[in-house]
Amino acid sequence: MIVNGEKTAWEAGLTVEKLLEAGNYRTDRVAVEKNGEIVPKKNYPTEEILEEDKIEIVSFVGGG
Amino acid sequence: MEKRVPSREELQNALLARCTGEEVERLGNAEVAVAGLGGLGSHVSVFLARAGVGHLHLVDFDKVDLTNLNRQHYFISHLGMDKTEALKEQLLQINPWLDIKTSCQRVTEENIPRLFQNADIICEAFDRPENKAMLVNRCLELFPEKPLVCASGMGGFGRSNAIVTRQVGRNLYLCGDGTSGIEEGQGLAAPRVALCAAHEANQILELILNDRKKKEMREEK
Repeated sequence: MIVNGEKTAWEAGLTVEKLLEAGNYRTDRVAVEKNGEIVPKKNYPTEEILEEDKIEIVSFVGGG
Repeated sequence: MEKRVPSREELQNALLARCTGEEVERLGNAEVAVAGLGGLGSHVSVFLARAGVGHLHLVDFDKVDLTNLNRQHYFISHLGMDKTEALKEQLLQINPWLDIKTSCQRVTEENIPRLFQNADIICEAFDRPENKAMLVNRCLELFPEKPLVCASGMGGFGRSNAIVTRQVGRNLYLCGDGTSGIEEGQGLAAPRVALCAAHEANQILELILNDRKKKEMREEK
């Protein structure tokens, strides 16, 4: 799978929630896109990631 | 001395000196909602008003205070005013014929459908990362067909060329350096925040004008 443009180790049963936990992301500060489409927050625990998926994790920092 | 207000036609002709008629029409018909009117949103709105974007919806609950003047597009005379009104007043000084809607309220999960359903394009211009994430998630879930331009990472000074625009999803564009947040103790200064705001505004113009080209290509087929 590709995460933020980089080839990343994948394992069967991987979900968006597990991927975010592994990367120490704060779920209240991210938006996740799978193959170009937003993954709704409520689906993080169940949304499975396949080996061929492209994931973008946008992690927001403060300032504006 | 009292200045005469230019007519709609005069301002239209001035825009036509710099753009084609089709571009002016396309920009004039577009509606952009700007969520947050701080350092990003105030500048984005000024850029879009100057470019001739005809319909702007300004959304912010806050009032102008002293700490805003280091980077936000307000003046001493605006202190204490609602940002929506202070900014609308300035935009009408650029072009009195713009259609400007204001919503002086805090954006929540609940009011996003009502506030943003009419916009062609949504601009995320909040300060706090949780609010940025909330708006982006909710808008893309509710309106997957609407382009959304957001920003993250414009703290500090220097490193102008680290600020970029990236398309990160089918309808999601992200401006900024991605990492320079206020969490690391970096301040916010006018040039870098305005640079990022210019990226957002420029992406919005590209979306408005390219959309026209795409439509033309479809019609030719």
